[in-house]
Amino acid sequence: MTLPTLLIIVLAGAGMAYMLGRMRSQQIAKPIGGVRNLASLPSYYASLMGLWALLPALLLIVLWSVFDGAIINSLVRAELPIEAKSLSSEDLGLVMSQVTNAAAGIGPADTLGVEYQGAIQKLSSLNSTSVKAMPILAIIVLIVGCLLGYRSIRATHNARYGVERIFNVVLIVCSSIAIFSTFGIVFSVLFESIHFFQKVPFTEFLFGTHWSPQIAIRADQAGASGSFGVIPLIVGTLLISFIALVIAVPVGLMSAIYLSEYASARVRAWVKPALEILAGVPTVVYGFFAALTVAPAIRNIGDGIRDWGAENGIQILANLSVSSESALAAGIVMGVMIIPFVSSLSDDVINAVPQSLRDGSYGLGSTQSETIKKVVFPAALPGIVGGVLLAASRAIGETMIVVMAAGLAANLTVNPLEAVTTVTVQIVTLLVGDQEFDSAKTLAAFALGLFLFVITLALNIIALRVVKKYREQYD
Amino acid sequence: MNTAINNTMSEIAKETYQTVGKPLLDSPKMSIKNTNVFYGAKQAIFDVNLDVGHNQVISMIGPSGCGKSTFLRCLNRMNDTIDICRVDGQLMLDDLNIYDKKVDVVELRARVGMVFQKPNPFPKSIYENVAYGARIHGLTDNKVELDELVEKSLQRCGLWKEVKDRLDEPATGLSGGQQQRLCIARAIAVNPEVILMDEPCSALDPIATATVEELIHELSENFTICIVTHSMQQAARVSQRTAYFHLGKLIEVNDTSTVFTNPEHKLTEEYITGRIG
Repeated sequence: MTLPTLLIIVLAGAGMAYMLGRMRSQQIAKPIGGVRNLASLPSYYASLMGLWALLPALLLIVLWSVFDGAIINSLVRAELPIEAKSLSSEDLGLVMSQVTNAAAGIGPADTLGVEYQGAIQKLSSLNSTSVKAMPILAIIVLIVGCLLGYRSIRATHNARYGVERIFNVVLIVCSSIAIFSTFGIVFSVLFESIHFFQKVPFTEFLFGTHWSPQIAIRADQAGASGSFGVIPLIVGTLLISFIALVIAVPVGLMSAIYLSEYASARVRAWVKPALEILAGVPTVVYGFFAALTVAPAIRNIGDGIRDWGAENGIQILANLSVSSESALAAGIVMGVMIIPFVSSLSDDVINAVPQSLRDGSYGLGSTQSETIKKVVFPAALPGIVGGVLLAASRAIGETMIVVMAAGLAANLTVNPLEAVTTVTVQIVTLLVGDQEFDSAKTLAAFALGLFLFVITLALNIIALRVVKKYREQYD
Repeated sequence: MNTAINNTMSEIAKETYQTVGKPLLDSPKMSIKNTNVFYGAKQAIFDVNLDVGHNQVISMIGPSGCGKSTFLRCLNRMNDTIDICRVDGQLMLDDLNIYDKKVDVVELRARVGMVFQKPNPFPKSIYENVAYGARIHGLTDNKVELDELVEKSLQRCGLWKEVKDRLDEPATGLSGGQQQRLCIARAIAVNPEVILMDEPCSALDPIATATVEELIHELSENFTICIVTHSMQQAARVSQRTAYFHLGKLIEVNDTSTVFTNPEHKLTEEYITGRIG
């Protein structure tokens, strides 16, 4: 029986248990004068019985699916011949996978010696037992759950408490999934980063001004010493994010003010969704827009200015050089990308400013723009700052646009017309292609990931703090 | 814009209503003639005629939804902020036609200040709240004058002693009654001629209410005050004249003592004796 079939059977069983519970509770209610004399409504008894049937069986299936591989593996390992037990962990893994293949009938059966036949047979018998036992056990658990639930239906038993408690637990489990996966990701990045810092000193990573992650594979290879100074990447990231914010904050803020204070309901109904569509454009689309349209346009403009400068003998302009992959292009397009973030978050906080404050200001004879500048904007400012910080962490973490438009050269520069590279771009290039997971080059990606995570986490914490402080102002 | 409003208005039938009592005065500060107010297609105020006397307190009473707040908000064009609201009629402040299209709303509101139902201090310091209007209208030329104006306004509202050591603290930290007196101080700092008060005490406790009522009484020496209130006792305590509104119509206007002791109209009598409410 396959897993989907089993799940459908269990769900159907739980549904039947629900019906049964409903019938049973109504049956109990009849002689004592109706549903109102029960401690809970029939639907609660029915839900409780359904959950009694469903949850233990579901739990069994989940635990079984998660752990049966590991248990079978350890049982089979015990059957391996003695010489296999002295193997190193990598070789043992190799042997185990050969055993697995043999048991599944894949590949040549005779790669392993006769002494392994015991293990192979054990594995196939355990596997077939497991496949047969799980559905049977699950259905038994389902039926036992049904019986227990059925017996618990009594006029005096308050099923509401049980249902509420189970519901509570289900909610807790769901929310912990998100938390635990975050922890899992953080820890996996953290451990790989620790490996990296065993190879490259922490201070060199943090304060080094040269980034060149190529490491010589052979001793005689030239020009690939491998240096992991993160400063050029940080400067590049901050430069592009700064340009993006310079574009996005004024434009986003102004459009938010227009939408919330000036626009009529009809304009708002059109413009707001249009802005949100901008947020829905995939970043890779922005990426090729940046690489194919904006970057060449900027270079052409730069070239035009240089030629004009040369003709007119203006030395500064004649020396102008614009790279075809520039921080400016990536920053501008990224700025356009985060306009909807800024405008939508600012719109929310501006709308949250109570109308009574605006009335107070109008009542004193201020104009609309004075009211916005002197009352609405200052009142909304902390919330707007929070929104801007969230947009900034989005800009710092953005990858696709910078991969396509900003280039790979780790130049330490603040000139927006040169090619720079960012933390995220380097993570991509470090991990693309065939990699060995014990070289500093690959592990550097994890250190960069950790670094980026710490920065955006800090920004988010600051943003949330600011927003929270703002909330306390009116209430 | 005003002509557009008038054109639209003429298409809508207007009811007329004859107010009983003494709605008109000899030389009024404000004079409201044949005024109708519409929210979209719904008429909220029907043909109101009312004069407001110099340095007098006039209170407007009536059951909820009778249009008294709507009427009050016409007097400094606060209704302009509501898109669907249209006002038709002649509303005069001295010689100024309030709804004339040449009128600068900003100047009008500097002359006709407003205090709201819920205290609404700006999330700024106490000082900045009072200085706000003066800064906007450029009433003072330097910091010394501004300081003086702030102190004088706070003193007139009896708030100076309570806050003089914490002028830089946020106004939102004051108690409800103090906040409302601050809002009044903010309004009088602009030195308006008329102050509109929309249920200024409904969010305050009895002691704070008494303080504010005392203040209204003192302010009436220098300002014309229109106050909307739900409390008939308050109307009786603070005002010289009382106007009773019912379902958008101005039923009766008279001296406060007359309205409360000897109402002319049956509806007024039913309201003040508690049979409508």
